[in-house]
Amino acid sequence: MSDALDTAAKPIKKPKRVLPERFKSYKGVWVFIEHEHGHVHPVSWELLGKGRELADKLGVELAGVLMGGDGDEIRAITAEVGAHGTDLCYLAQHPVLHDYRNQSYTLGMTELVNTYQPEILLLGATTQGRDLAGSVATTLLTGLTADCTGLDIDPSDRSLLSSRPTFGGSLMCTIVNLATRPQMATVRPRVMPMPARDPARPARVVEHALQLDESAIVTKVLDFIPDARADKPQLPFADFIVSGGRGLGKPENFQLVAELARTLGAEVGASRPAVHAGWADAERQVGQSGKTVRPKLYIAAGISGAVQHRVGMEGADAIAGINLDPGAPLFDFANYALIGNVTELLPALDKAFARRLATARTQRAQAHEEADRGEV
Amino acid sequence: MHIAVCIKQVPDSAQIRVHPVTNTIMRQGVPTIINPYDLFALEEALRIKDETGARITVLTMGPPQAEEALRKCLSFGADDAILITDKVFSGADTLATSYVLAAALKALDAQDPLDLIFTGKQTIDGDTAQVGPGIAIRLGHQLLTYVSKIRELDPANRHIVVERRAEGGVQVLRSALPAVVTMLEGTNEIRFAGMPDMFRAARQELKRWNRDDIAADLTQVGLKGSPTVVAQVFGPKPKAIKALRIEGDTPEAIAEAFIDKLFTDFPQLEAALLEHLDQLGQQGVTQ
Repeated sequence: MSDALDTAAKPIKKPKRVLPERFKSYKGVWVFIEHEHGHVHPVSWELLGKGRELADKLGVELAGVLMGGDGDEIRAITAEVGAHGTDLCYLAQHPVLHDYRNQSYTLGMTELVNTYQPEILLLGATTQGRDLAGSVATTLLTGLTADCTGLDIDPSDRSLLSSRPTFGGSLMCTIVNLATRPQMATVRPRVMPMPARDPARPARVVEHALQLDESAIVTKVLDFIPDARADKPQLPFADFIVSGGRGLGKPENFQLVAELARTLGAEVGASRPAVHAGWADAERQVGQSGKTVRPKLYIAAGISGAVQHRVGMEGADAIAGINLDPGAPLFDFANYALIGNVTELLPALDKAFARRLATARTQRAQAHEEADRGEV
Repeated sequence: MHIAVCIKQVPDSAQIRVHPVTNTIMRQGVPTIINPYDLFALEEALRIKDETGARITVLTMGPPQAEEALRKCLSFGADDAILITDKVFSGADTLATSYVLAAALKALDAQDPLDLIFTGKQTIDGDTAQVGPGIAIRLGHQLLTYVSKIRELDPANRHIVVERRAEGGVQVLRSALPAVVTMLEGTNEIRFAGMPDMFRAARQELKRWNRDDIAADLTQVGLKGSPTVVAQVFGPKPKAIKALRIEGDTPEAIAEAFIDKLFTDFPQLEAALLEHLDQLGQQGVTQ
């Protein structure tokens, strides 16, 4: 569970609803294995880590669900599904499933769920996962909770407890699904930690032959234009991030954030208010409605640290906040509080880091030189 | 051509405050806005109207106050507005919401057949992105989510070509009308309302539809029709240790003290930072 959760504080009060008899046989935890052009999205592995935990608490099996076109490269993914902690992998291959399309994948997933009846189905909250999750949940008329930051099992009735920020990210809530199955949830990339990979771990492969007909699938893929990776911010996987918020005072001061980021080779992030004010690009937004990040170092300048921002960055190893207000909520979970004027502290940090890194480089070069001369 | 745009009136979340003692939401006086993502959907519909003379009907499910959001849409240039409001609809999760909106869209389609249904990619209060897909499934229409561009629209031959944001690239999809399109943010910018439309918006009669107007099955609406329920709401938990305040008389002193402390507490960080900068240097990224 996320650190932002305080489930012990108040007991969970569930409205009384009875699970219909037909759902009682639903067993097992499933994770949708998302892939595009031969690459599995890392969120699928992250979900298998959390899925393993849930399956163990329930005493049931964890399965990956893999759909795709004919061909060995899809089949090869099943070994990786096993290596990331599953007991089995459902495999549905069909030429119609070569590219992700809403209609064909919804048909496929719905048939798999109705056939094998899992109690929990998790998907990544990506453009593909959200597109599919909403369609599958509506087809099955079951509940779906989006963008969960915490997942757990209620031992009293084996139900899934899905936690997420609510009310624009000022509070957290726990959502349950009492009367339908499967219990569906999406989780964003980088929210759950990556599980250890064990290549020796086998997974049973259960092949399922789907009856699909290309002529019945209305939407056709004409083209795929891959992103030029270099020109897009790679926030979710960045190790160093400097973010700015409304506390910077004016848009020009965002430049100070960019300068410190350049010195550290860091990505530039932004809070939602800063993005809404037009100070930074939406691609750079960190938080519940932006990107979730897990850097080694996160420096937040002029960001108060509302829940909506916190859930996107509290997985960072080290968090430093720069703020005029020592009472900012950020300091309830950050490691370091730098109290003062951001427009003075950012340039000071930039200079101090630059000096420190230059010194470290010189020392390292000297050490190498000495080692080369055999004097060590 | 007839286009429906589904919108939501949402609280301006930047202004939501939590009561410091009771940890509950202070709703009083929070201004409402049209969900910003829905404005990209409305503008896209308006551009089609500019080119083809399509009629635009805006719909929302919400309390009577949501009328204000609909009037705003009329002022931007939408032709008609329907407020779907009934106390039995309240407490709906995304499944029950998509049921009501789909039922209203069916009723609208029966009066004046729909070619396209637009909505935003998600709302800023729920952030779920589930209602658009839900509507498409319930209506049996094609679903095109995260659309960044409409390349072709041919109502006569009933086809549409769009660019859809996927992970790692853009999918170019050819699909059939009627379709449900959820628009990506940043694809356009909502126009300024013109004077004639502002006057019209203030006077025009809105349609108000209740459970009977959309022939709602009452087991599928509101709380009763919602499989998910909120079991608990809670505030963020402070970590056991508060942030360490870095002391110093000047910004420079604070910066130095911070870096000392940081590299002492996280001994691998300095080396990791150097290595990271070396890698960037090798990739030709200027520092």
